[in-house]
Formats: sequence, structure tokens, C-alpha cells
Amino acid sequence: MKEKLEQLKAQLGAELAAAVDGQTLESLRVKYLGKKGSITDLLKGMKSLSNDEKKTFGQLVNNLKQTAAESISQRAEELKKLEIEREIESTPEFDLTIPVRADRGSYHPITLVQRECERIFTTMGFNVEDYPEVVTDYECFEAVNVPKDHPARDMQDTYYLENGELLKSQTSAAQNAILKKYGKQLMEDGMPIRAIFPGRCFRNEATDATHENTFFQMEGVMVDKDISISNLIYFMKTMLSEVFQKDVKVRLRPGFFPFVEPGFELDISCLICGGETGCPSCNHSGWLELCPCGMIHPEVLKEGGIDPEKYTGFAFGLGLTRLAMMKYGIKDIRDLNSGSLKVMSQFTDDK
Amino acid sequence: MFLSMNWIKDFVDLSGLDELKLINQFSLSTAEVENDIQFKGSDISGIVVAEIKSVENHPESKKLHLLKVDIGEEALVDVVCGAPNVRVGMKTAFAKVGAKIGEIEITPRPLAGFMSCGMCCSEKEIGISDDHSGIMEITDDVKNGTDLKEIYAIDDIIFEVDNKSLTNRPDLWSHYGIAREFAAIAQRPLRSLEFDDLTAYNSLPAVDMKIEDPLCYRYSCLQFENISRSVSPVDMRIRLFYCGMRAINFLADMTNYLMLEMGQPMHAFDSRKVENIRIKRFDHDFDFQTLDGVERHIDTDTLMICNGDTPVAIAGIMGGLDSEIVEDTHTLTLESATFDAASIRKSTVRLSHRTDASMRYEKSLDPELTTAAIARFVYLLKQYDSAVQVVSALTDDYAYHYPEVTLSFDKAYVDKYTGIEIDNDTILSTLTRLGFTASCDSDNFEVKVPSWRATKDVTIKADIIEEITRIYGYDNFEIHTANAPLFPTRPEPVKKDEDNVKDILVKHFNLHELHSYVWNYVDELKELGIANVGEIKLMNASNPNIETIRKTMIPTQLCQVRSNLGFAPSFGIFEVGRIVAGMTDDNLCIEEKKLGITLYRKGSDIRSLYFEMKEIVETLVDELKHKSVSYEKLDPTFDFEHPVNLNAVIVDGAVLGRIGMIHPSVMKKLDKRAVVVFAEIDMDKFAAIENDSIRYVGPSKFPGIEIDLSFLTSRFAPIKKAIENAACELIRGVDVIDIYEADENSSIAVRLTFSDNTRTLTREEVAQVVDGIVGELEQNGITLKK
Repeated sequence: MKEKLEQLKAQLGAELAAAVDGQTLESLRVKYLGKKGSITDLLKGMKSLSNDEKKTFGQLVNNLKQTAAESISQRAEELKKLEIEREIESTPEFDLTIPVRADRGSYHPITLVQRECERIFTTMGFNVEDYPEVVTDYECFEAVNVPKDHPARDMQDTYYLENGELLKSQTSAAQNAILKKYGKQLMEDGMPIRAIFPGRCFRNEATDATHENTFFQMEGVMVDKDISISNLIYFMKTMLSEVFQKDVKVRLRPGFFPFVEPGFELDISCLICGGETGCPSCNHSGWLELCPCGMIHPEVLKEGGIDPEKYTGFAFGLGLTRLAMMKYGIKDIRDLNSGSLKVMSQFTDDK
Repeated sequence: MFLSMNWIKDFVDLSGLDELKLINQFSLSTAEVENDIQFKGSDISGIVVAEIKSVENHPESKKLHLLKVDIGEEALVDVVCGAPNVRVGMKTAFAKVGAKIGEIEITPRPLAGFMSCGMCCSEKEIGISDDHSGIMEITDDVKNGTDLKEIYAIDDIIFEVDNKSLTNRPDLWSHYGIAREFAAIAQRPLRSLEFDDLTAYNSLPAVDMKIEDPLCYRYSCLQFENISRSVSPVDMRIRLFYCGMRAINFLADMTNYLMLEMGQPMHAFDSRKVENIRIKRFDHDFDFQTLDGVERHIDTDTLMICNGDTPVAIAGIMGGLDSEIVEDTHTLTLESATFDAASIRKSTVRLSHRTDASMRYEKSLDPELTTAAIARFVYLLKQYDSAVQVVSALTDDYAYHYPEVTLSFDKAYVDKYTGIEIDNDTILSTLTRLGFTASCDSDNFEVKVPSWRATKDVTIKADIIEEITRIYGYDNFEIHTANAPLFPTRPEPVKKDEDNVKDILVKHFNLHELHSYVWNYVDELKELGIANVGEIKLMNASNPNIETIRKTMIPTQLCQVRSNLGFAPSFGIFEVGRIVAGMTDDNLCIEEKKLGITLYRKGSDIRSLYFEMKEIVETLVDELKHKSVSYEKLDPTFDFEHPVNLNAVIVDGAVLGRIGMIHPSVMKKLDKRAVVVFAEIDMDKFAAIENDSIRYVGPSKFPGIEIDLSFLTSRFAPIKKAIENAACELIRGVDVIDIYEADENSSIAVRLTFSDNTRTLTREEVAQVVDGIVGELEQNGITLKK
């Protein structure tokens, strides 16, 4: 009997070593430990033994049974480990050089630049306004002190509609409405008028790489007691430094615009050469002409219901289209309205 | 406009100062100077006066001559010269050996077999005119060998100011006006001009002249005769040339010179053609030939200078050919006048003819100039041609005087406006240098505006601020922030929604934002078979193709889809833009801000694309308003709309816009193998929808019950209605979990989720609700799938 025990033990050891999957292992378990298994059979075959023998032999068989169960589960553990290892070994490495489908939407570059400006001005307490594109002669010209005979009113510059209205040629067309909208709060609650109004403007002119009949501007106004030229320069410098993310130098030159007095052309130091040396992008002057600005003309304030003796203010007009072109190096202004997805889909985001 | 520093220095002494620095300051204080400042004469040296002593023909060339010239040295110099105008005794400009003309250095060299030791120069070669017809002829009595630069002002700094920068400054259209600015900037005195005393001719007969039209503000004239000179002095010609004008003849050059010096345009008539000058408009149109030989159409708004009833010049723009100075002209009538600026400008626009004179007139010239300019003209005329005789009295009709402008303000006003401290003395001296008559009495200023600034430019106190500050220098300003109180900013709801809508469309649905024009491109629409969609037109579109303002954004987007067909098999575009929907009763445009979305996909599965659009629209409404959308069938308004599946988008009972498909006839032209769905949403109406915001519901401790029902129908609408009619608060969710489409046995499977936060629901109460729903549907012939 003992021999048989040893034999079974050796046989199980060999078969376990040969078993490489869970199914074989299960059949081994049945074969040895099942109701009709070899080891169970040994117990059954003990009937003929004496009590002492039974005791001794029974213990041996039970030991074997226990050892067999342990070795099977041990083998099962090994197999699980092996299986994981095999899975890891068989896991393929990916070729990351294969491009993925970058299916993303895109913003118009004007939107990106406009948002950035709006964000900056909002942090400085400016309200963002919305304004129509079709306006009256009063809004676009009369209310902002563009006298009847000013050349800007000439047909060749402004798109007039059959009914006498026009497509706004400048965002200043919104000034009067803004002054009226916030004037009461200014006078009654001492709440300064701080507003920007981005919008599309139209000029009746031939288009080429640097001229468009449809373009975006952003007008800004600030009105309060004692707003000065010194404040204007400060605000412009601060805002533009934010816009361009660097400390820009600004310089003011006299410029004539009917809605401001004094009126200025504002230059910033060249973004490429910093203004020190001059380079091709600033036409070797060191400066870039960026935006007209000035102290709001007393007549414009008056027309907006604000007493120019009590209040002063400044206004400026940033060319958003120009900014977008500068920021992204767009050489042809016509690209912006081309509707070409090939070109425009590049502007996925710019945060 | 080109400006000569030499000319400016006639009127202000700038010695010891850096002229380039002054020009830069002028740019910052007055008007922008263009970048390319020219240093005239800097590339020329060694040009001397030479006298031709002998001329021999070249033995083999018909053109070349062999000259011996005297350049003030012991020996005559041999030169081979090809100019046609060489002759013995003539004095000319000579580049001697070692001279430099641009990059070229003159060396002795053989020319056609003979040594040539220098070069006789044309005026063009020296850069003082564009005359290259022959070598320069020097008629002035100068010593041979004298350096040309010693006798003529060839060295000069010429800078340009863009005319656009001077629109509001009539006084700056002249060297004298510019010199005044330099004087103020450099803080040097401005010299007075020298004039002839015109009162000396008071006893002479007056010219028969009369202003018959209020568009003429002032007309001054004077007659003279006996002009012996025909060629202008060299220095005058050089200045005119440097400033962009060609020398013509002495008289024409004089009027141009005066215009550039004082800003006053002048015109000389043959006195025989202007015996009785009348300034007026005509009551009929006619054609008129100007002195450039062009026939121009004159209408009843164009002011004319006439001889009686015969027009002789277009006022302020150009003289007529008939009254021009000719060979046998004996007596001249010099006109110096001022006209209504707007009238001149409009006439130039109608005539499409702008001249140096009209450019000045349209800036509102100072009428005080007319007689001063004549006095200066006569002064210079006599300098250059002593034989000239004035034969009439100064005849002057001063019909319209601009009002005198006197402004008063106090120091506090200046402080408030500038935000910095500029002392009283600086204010006074600045204004005085600029020609203002200014006085100050304990911080109170009184300022009289000079006539040349009072025609439109300086009218209010704020204008004075500009005068003070620009000369003070904006670079010298100490800058500081405003002392304004803080208040929260409140963005316009429509702006906020617009931003969010764009983010959702770009980030969530991968759409592309494109911009377009507010007008229809009629030819592009035609190619798609879409009629011109829009009511209101531009009056002055340069191109009839773009004259109609669009009434809907979608046709524009269809054109964009068409031009992007090769971009990808599937894409979506959007724009927030404007349209004009129609006209109000007051004939004003009804402008609306629209969100246009167009989706394009290759293939034929229009339904899934349509539902993608539905998802986009509902996501926008849900994200930004936390509301749901309902739809209502619409009849097409436009010919590009497919009559089927055109639906109004409704939120809170308000129609926000519509979604639809493209009419098959347009689709066939656009892309036969693709499907397109559009939506157009009114942004203002969208913004007006109140945001329901999120209503928090805590998690239920009690299990819910899910019931799946499958109905034999192809339409969800009646199922939805029956569920709504059940009005059961326990229904927390309705999902369509399966749609089976077949010709007859279509079915829709719905999962209803019931739950309550306070208790466990019983099968029975849920079954009751379900039975109700099923029962209602059965009545409508919709049964449960077995």
C-alpha cells in the first residue's frame, strides 16, 4: 500500500508539472481527489485493513490527500501567475507614431482676439456691449460730431442703404447709445462709464491684401469726473501691455478725429525689434501705428446727455482685425472672410 | 506733401539744432512725418561751374562733341560730350575728375577714342530737376570753377507729411505754416514774411469783379504787365522740384511757389479774357475745357469763375484753356480767392478731379491769406523781374468773414484735462508762439484764435488743450491711473450667451466658426439655384453682386459649404452674424443677430445628421437655459428650404429659430452625394429665455422601478403625449431604448423609470400608471408588441 501511495504521489507530481491550464488542473483534481478519484479509492480500499493499519494508513492517505490538494492549488496559483505573465508578454506595444484623428472644432481668429481683449477690459471694470451693424446717420456721424460736410460722410467711404440708414463705418457709432445708457448712473450714483463695444464695421473701398470692406473694431470709452490725458495714456499702456503680454512703450501723436479733442494716433513700440533699432516689420521706424484715441469731444458728451463741464472722458478704437493679423501673422486680410476651412480650422483655441 | 528744411529755415533760425530731431518732434507734436527723409545733394560733390571755350565735332560721331572747358584752373579741360545744346560761351554744371554723382566717381577715361576728363551734367544728373534734354545752362553771373553748392541750394533735407494727417489744419499746407510749428517746437522766433506794399496802387483803376454767389468767401485780384522773365531762378526751380512739382515757366512757377510757401492757391488769367469777373453757378449743365485740355462736365452745383457769362475757370479747382496765358499775353490778372470748402470738395468728387489747389481749398483756407499772398507774390515778382508793373489797384471783395474766436478758460480746466501740472508761463508762451493772442490774469486765460486756425480747426476750449499739450509733448506726460470708484461689470446677456454658444459648438460638437459678409453674393447664390434673398439694398455698392443685404445666413453658409467640399467628408460650420429681416413701419431696418449652423456629410443618411442638429440645438438650450425644446412643423419661407422636416425651434413657447433640410433642387447643385442640415437661431431671442438653472434633487434611498414597453408604431410623438398626459410625478425618466424600422412592423421601445424619494413604490401603483398610458395609446390604435 505504501508503495502505491508513493507511486500516486510521484504520479500526481509529474502530472501537475505537465498541467498548463486550468482545465487540466481541474481534471487532475477530479482524477485524484474526486469521489471516484485515485486517492479516494485508496480510502475505499482500506476496508480490508486492520484497525491499527487503518489508523496508520488512513493518516498517510489523509496526509497525501492534503498534500495533493495543496499542490493542486499551488499549481493553480502558479498557472494564474503564468497566465498573467503570458498575457503581459503577449500584449502588443503600440506604435505611437501613427497619427490620431484630430477632429476638433475651431474659432474664428477674430473671436479669439476679441475674447482676449474683452477679458482684459472686463478685469479693469469695463462692460462689454453689443451693437447693431445697421445704424442711422445720427448714430454714426451726427451724434459723434462728424459734421455734415466731413469727408467721412462721402458716399465712397460709407455704405448707405436705400432707406437712408447705413452700415456702421466705425464702432464710434455706438458711443452715443452707450453714453445715454450709462449716463444716468454716472450722474446719480457716481458710477463711471466704462464700456467696450466690439463690432463689425464696413467701408466702401476696394479690397486687397491690406484693405477689407468688412472688418472688426473695438471701441472703448471711459467717462467720469476728472478723466485726463494722463489717465488715457496710462490705460492704453496698461491694456496694450496685457494684450501683447509684454511691457509695450506707447507714444501719442496728434491725430484728427471729429469725435475726440484732443485726438491722437497711438503708436506702440515695435513688437519685433522693441523699438530700439527698427526692423522691416515696423518699416524701420521702431513704432507701429495701432489705434486712434483721444479725449471725448465735448459735443459728443453733450449729445449723449452728459455735461462736458462736469465730466471728461477718453475713447479709443482698437482694430481687432489688425490685432488678429499681427498676433497670428496673417498677411492677407481677405483670408479672414474667405470662409476657407483649410485656413480657418487652424484656430482651435488660444487660451 | 513734401517739405524743404531750407524753405522752413527761411522763416525760422534753427542753427545749432539737430534738424532730424526737430523733424521727429514735429511728427510727435504736429503731424506724422513719413519714414523716408531725403538728404538732397548728399550724394553729389565736386560739381563746379564750367564755361565751354571750344566745341569741335567728333570725327566719327554725329552726336558727340569734343569740348574744352574752363573750370577756373590754369589749363582748360578736355571733355567728350553728347549733349545737343553745347555751344561756345555757355556755362554749365561740370563734374570734374574726383567728383561724385551717386555711386559714380568721375575719372579721366577714353571715350570714342578721345580722353574725357570730367562730365558736363544735365539738371537731372545733379538731381535738381527731371530735365535731361541737354546739359544744364547756368545764366547767373558766377565765376568758373565755383562749386555749384555754393551758389545754389542743392543740399536740403526733404521730408514728407501724409496729406491725410493735415486734413484739419489748412494752415499746415504751406512752408510758412510748418515753419510756425518748428518755431514753437524749437522755441525760436518766427520771422515775418516780406511783402510788397499794395496800398501804393490804390489810385490805379480797379478790376471789374463781383462775387455773385455765397460759395465764394473772398476774391482778390490784381493786374500787372511787362513780365520779361520766362525761366525761374534756379533756387526756386530746385525747391519746386524737391517738393514734387515741375518747373513750367516763371509765372506758373511763381503761383506754385506761393502756394507751397503760403498755402494760397493762385491763378493767372490773360486779362483780355477776364474783363469783368463774375463768380457764380449756372442754372444749366455744360461742358468746359480745363487747361489740361480735358472736357469736363459742369453741373449747377459747381462754382465757376466767369468773364461776364462766359466761364473761364472752375473755382478752386482748375483754370480754363481759353483764358490761359499765351505767347502774346500782355496783361495778367492774378486771382487769389477763398471758397466754401465743402462745395469745392464735392465738386472735385463729382468731377473726379483733385488738384493741389482744390486739396487746399477743401481744408477751409483762411480768407485773410488772399491779399497777403498777392502782396508776397508782387514782392517776389519784383525781386526776380524788376521790369514788372502793377497796372490795377488791389481789387478785393471780402464777402464772408469767419467769426472771430475768443476762448476763456482757467488753469483748473487745463489741470483737469491734462492730469498733470503745466505752469501758466508755459501755457502762455506755447500759445503765443503758435500765433494765438493769449493773456492770463490770476489763473484765468483769455485766448484769441488766429485767423488761420479759426476757419474750423480751433473753436472750443478743448482745442486749446491740444495746442498746449502737443507742444508740451505727450512723451513728457507723467501717467497715472484714474481715481474712479469700482462697480461690478454686467455683460450684455446676448454677449454672454454668444460666447458660451461658441464654446459648446467648437468644443463639444467640433464645429468651425467662419465669418462671411452681411450681403448676399448673388452670383454664388445663382450657381446654387437660390434666388437673391433680401429686401434692402445698398445704394452705393461698387459691385451690384453684393448690393443686397441678406435676410438669412443660411445661403451664405451653403456657399461656404460648397467652397469647402474637399475639406472633409463631414464637417459643420457656424457663424454668429447679422441679417436684416425686413423693414419697420418707419422704414427702418429690422436687424437680427443670428446663429447659423450648417452641417454637411457625405452619404445619404439625412436622418442621423438631422438628429445631430437636433442634439446640438437641444444641448445649447439645455446647457445655457436648462430648458427643453419642442418643435412645430413650418412651411418654407425661402426657396432653399426643403418643405419636409422644416421645424420651428420652440423654447418656453417662443420660436427661437428653425432647423431644416436643403431643397433637393439646391442639393443637386451643391453635392448630389451628400446631405446638409441647417439651423438658424435668433441670438437675442435666445438670450431673452430665462435660465432655469439647476434644481438639485438628492439621491433617493428607495429603489426605483424600470418598466420597458415596446409599441408597434413608427412615431414617438403619440407615446410622448400619452406619457405626458399621465401627468405622473413618479415618472423620473423616459428613454427611447430601441427603434425598429420596418415597412409594417416598426416598433419603438421605451423605458420608463419610476421612483420616489420618500418610499418604495409598489408594483401595483406603477402598473396602474403604465396601464393608463398603454390604454390611451390603444385607443389611438397603437398596441404593445407581443
